[in-house]
Amino acid sequence: MFEKILIANRGEIACRIIKTARKMGVKTVAICSDPDLNSPHVNLADEYFNIGGNTSAESYLIIEKIIDALKKSNADAVHPGYGFLSENVNFREEVHKAGKIFIGPPSQAISLMGDKIESKKLAKSASVSVVPGGLDVIKDLKQALKEAKKIGYPLMVKASAGGGGKGMRIAFNDEELKENFNSAVNEARSSFGDDRVFIEKFIEFPKHIEIQVLGDQFGNFIHLGERECTIQRRHQKVIEEAPSFFVDEELRNEMVSHAIKLAKAVSYYSAGTVEFVVDKNKNFYFLEMNTRLQVEHPVTELITNIDIVEQMIRIAFGEKLSYEQKDIKFSGSAIECRIYAEDSSKNFLPSIGRLTRYIEPSGKNVRVDSGVVEGSEISMFYDPMISKLCTYSNTRKSSINEMINALDRYLIEGVQTNKDFLSNILQNENFEKSNYSTSFISENYKEGYDSFNVTLTDKQKIHAVAVFVNYKYLLRAASISNQLKGFNKTVGMNWQVIDKGKIINSKISFNNFNKSYDIYIGKKYLNLKSNWNIGHPLFSAIIDNNLSYFSIKRNGPKFLINHNGSSSELLVFSKRHAELNEIMIPRKKEDLSKLLLAPMPGLLVSLLVKEKQIVDENQPLAIIEAMKMENIIRSEKKTKIKKINCSEGDSLEVDQIILEFE
Amino acid sequence: MREILKKLDSKRRRAVEGGGKDRQKSQHRKGKLTSRERIEILLDEGTFEEWDMFVEHRCSEFEMEKQKVPGDGVVTGYGTINGRLTFVFSQDFTVFGGSLSESHAEKICKIMDKALQVGAPVIGLNDSGGARIQEGVASLAGYAEVFQRNVLSSGVIPQISVIMGPCAGGAVYSPAMTDFIFMVRDTSYMFVTGPDVLKTVTHEEVSHEELGGASTHTKKSGVADSAFDNDVEALFQLRRFMGFLPSSNKEKPPIRKSEDSVDRLEYSLDTLIPDNPNKPYDMKELITKVVDDRDFFELQSDYAANIITGFARMSGSPIGMVANQPMVLAGCLDNNSSRKAARFVRFCDCFNIPIVTFVDVPGFLPGTSQEYNGIIKHGAKLLFAFAEATVPKITIITRKAYGGAYDVMSSKHLRGDVNYAWPQAEIAVMGPKGAVEIIFRGELGDKEKIEKKTNEYREKLANPFIAGSRGFIDDVIMPNTTRKRICRSLEMLRDKKLHNPWKKHDNIPL
Repeated sequence: MFEKILIANRGEIACRIIKTARKMGVKTVAICSDPDLNSPHVNLADEYFNIGGNTSAESYLIIEKIIDALKKSNADAVHPGYGFLSENVNFREEVHKAGKIFIGPPSQAISLMGDKIESKKLAKSASVSVVPGGLDVIKDLKQALKEAKKIGYPLMVKASAGGGGKGMRIAFNDEELKENFNSAVNEARSSFGDDRVFIEKFIEFPKHIEIQVLGDQFGNFIHLGERECTIQRRHQKVIEEAPSFFVDEELRNEMVSHAIKLAKAVSYYSAGTVEFVVDKNKNFYFLEMNTRLQVEHPVTELITNIDIVEQMIRIAFGEKLSYEQKDIKFSGSAIECRIYAEDSSKNFLPSIGRLTRYIEPSGKNVRVDSGVVEGSEISMFYDPMISKLCTYSNTRKSSINEMINALDRYLIEGVQTNKDFLSNILQNENFEKSNYSTSFISENYKEGYDSFNVTLTDKQKIHAVAVFVNYKYLLRAASISNQLKGFNKTVGMNWQVIDKGKIINSKISFNNFNKSYDIYIGKKYLNLKSNWNIGHPLFSAIIDNNLSYFSIKRNGPKFLINHNGSSSELLVFSKRHAELNEIMIPRKKEDLSKLLLAPMPGLLVSLLVKEKQIVDENQPLAIIEAMKMENIIRSEKKTKIKKINCSEGDSLEVDQIILEFE
Repeated sequence: MREILKKLDSKRRRAVEGGGKDRQKSQHRKGKLTSRERIEILLDEGTFEEWDMFVEHRCSEFEMEKQKVPGDGVVTGYGTINGRLTFVFSQDFTVFGGSLSESHAEKICKIMDKALQVGAPVIGLNDSGGARIQEGVASLAGYAEVFQRNVLSSGVIPQISVIMGPCAGGAVYSPAMTDFIFMVRDTSYMFVTGPDVLKTVTHEEVSHEELGGASTHTKKSGVADSAFDNDVEALFQLRRFMGFLPSSNKEKPPIRKSEDSVDRLEYSLDTLIPDNPNKPYDMKELITKVVDDRDFFELQSDYAANIITGFARMSGSPIGMVANQPMVLAGCLDNNSSRKAARFVRFCDCFNIPIVTFVDVPGFLPGTSQEYNGIIKHGAKLLFAFAEATVPKITIITRKAYGGAYDVMSSKHLRGDVNYAWPQAEIAVMGPKGAVEIIFRGELGDKEKIEKKTNEYREKLANPFIAGSRGFIDDVIMPNTTRKRICRSLEMLRDKKLHNPWKKHDNIPL
């Protein structure tokens, strides 16, 4: 086996690979940019090389720097992870030239499959059904418009070298194509250093299902079944699962045979993923083959109990596959949620900052792949993914429930996350029934997701928790020293919870029989037992024999409770105090409607309007680049620009005023 | 007997009615509670012992003899907050606009006198139109009686003012001399001269809110220590606040059980200080991670935010927290921040509250506006306050401690009891760049040399070891152990005894 391998990546995937290498007794070398110097992947590895730079383009994308580290570290092989140089043929060649081994497929397979146009041609010739269009590189807007006529709208502009939704844009008409073509090209350039794009037919109501294959250097192939990655936002996968609820045995057999046929056609080895788009009628079309480890590989590992990274390393070392297809047993159901640093209530704009508080959930059926710890910085230089949270169980239903609970046990402060949003998707009836397409999110969450606007059916639970927590705090406050004798200092039993102006009567009493509390709330009694420590932000309790999880913040009589993807601001008062509180007048919020505030920190790439200009509803006003994404900020209504406060090239802070309206 | 009881009952009812149902309704319409309702929230249920319910004014001018309301516009007495004795007066805006008459003042003075004798705090809930004009100088005399008692009580018992309505003219000077002022947003204001007079005298047009609202006094003037959204919130927060204060200067601050482990390690603090010494970080993260339950009662959060002051508990006992905030003006000391922190330190020292100081200070803020406004005297206030304080003083230098500001920030030389530094600490006369530019003034053209010397300076002087070698810091500690180290120090210092020489009083550079 290899003595030592270098991991040419960062974050969670670098940590993930290091863990398997360590298990196999292989030493590891990490590389890092300047901002990553204190990252867990650096601390976890046996050695590290600081290759300098801030952005990916200054660090993880520079082949020479990594080859240099490879030589200096005397590692035998390189694992590229995903993204960065994982599908870069030049990199693989350079590794080879340096006399080292690339843990991944052969060059030919990378170049054939890595280029979307080439791969499609090849798939077509191998009689695999493919999506119309997309065979020619589109040089400019003029050609794009011409090609659009041929294929017909809707269509999609995609980066040739792309993946993960970067450099990808949909257009429903000429106007949108005009508007989006250049930003797709720019994004392709900034993300991959390659500005080639192509155009293809956009299939509506599709499901995204992919097949994991493994091949060795002796021509043996197996598959590890499918993963469904239909829940996507702007073509970025958000929730993945294995197996797919939608795929039946017949479809599965057909898809895997195509996948393996394609892998054979390019003499593939290592781990690879063949992506298909599947329509309502279970017709499937080849999309692309990813010649690398996929982000969502853990769900396959959970249902097959096979360590894909280990297999990649063994195959690269020249070992024969130790499994035949019949050895692969599929059991149970696994789900993965990608936890992103983004603000779901502000149209999923990236959120950056230091993770001031970070507690991961744990447990038998929970797997967290992360590359951060409390105190880590989510920087504007890299992908905003914080971690991948996976749960596993016998059935899909219980795996979903495990996930909803795990999300409630996951505390992340310092940045906004999509945690609540994910929880809400998992509770959607259509998700449960697998009744959705890749546009599920854009259809169901047009306005983003605001956890304060969600009302759960079992609100009593949350109210009971507020009453309990308030009671605990008051009991402690009443235990202070230097008290007067003979004055009432007992804490009452009767309380009122105020939730969005609604008053709910409550009573709390100690149940001496099983050392718990009986809490009367909303016309019924709940029994609550908890060994929560005052002040801890995570709260768990057995409520009516069910273990439930919450996160809690308190400020005076005000409680902020988060549970199952919803947030509630509650007040807990005695009856009399609640009466007095009724007299209070809610404060008016500051009027921000006449200001355009930067929704996220980033670079003001361009300002598209001038002072005194009249703008229409939806008209683009400015473009902000953050997290390598260009975000177009649009006008909400027809209005006039009064004053511009920033200029192009400015670094914006969140909520900084960009311009003022009349 | 029955007749007398009937009369008593009717008098009581009359007193509780205050200015009548209509005026009480009008008070409610403004989102304000009545004087008695406020007390209902402030004190533990059923503990209020009211005094002087039958006091009436003695004025007979301007037909005042026809308008008498028992209580005369202020509710006074005592009760408990979480079982601890507290005196309270609550002005009743529904009675003569809460204006202060001679007898109104006497009621306040009566509870102030008793509070001073028994050693318990006085909370004033202010909601008054000002002097009772009909009474003339008698009303002014009343104010002065209150002022005199404010002064005599200062440093003996905690005095807290909550401004819950108007507070104008001479009336502002009683709150001004108390220890803390809290305000309610939108419904309270304070000023010496109101907008109407301002308009006639200086032709300035300004609203009540702009001139003296909660926002003005928490952000611009620094007169108020905190502001709250409404009466209910203010009173609940006041209950929380009182839990940090001892009842008098003869008492230790009140303790209560903590479920937060004293040994809690916070590994994320090891990465709090950015690699780049010029990059800011949020000092509040450190504060919330070392105190019990992350519970920090910050004071003057929007004023002179380059220094943070407030109360918290560590292993159940209150502490006063003073910390430079690198996020604002790089944490420099300036006029406002020096005054803000000095007053806070002196309060803690008055009332036996140990002071924990987190230091990351690059120096005093330079500039003509600072010098012209007297940074020499204002900066000296903080120096003076730390130097005279005899309570336990624990100081942690997290990063920069440069120049005179190093001395000021509760250094060993000012009788700091425990002085620790984090490994990233730079304790020096100034930053490496500035120092080298002075030492090698003649060779500034030689960039290479300057850079070399800068690095040399950083290596040799900008670290915690020189100070350590002289015993100016007691140890270099890992950031993750900060809570544990402070808790142990506080426990060690629990019975600290230190006395300054006898004096009538000191002469702090006011």
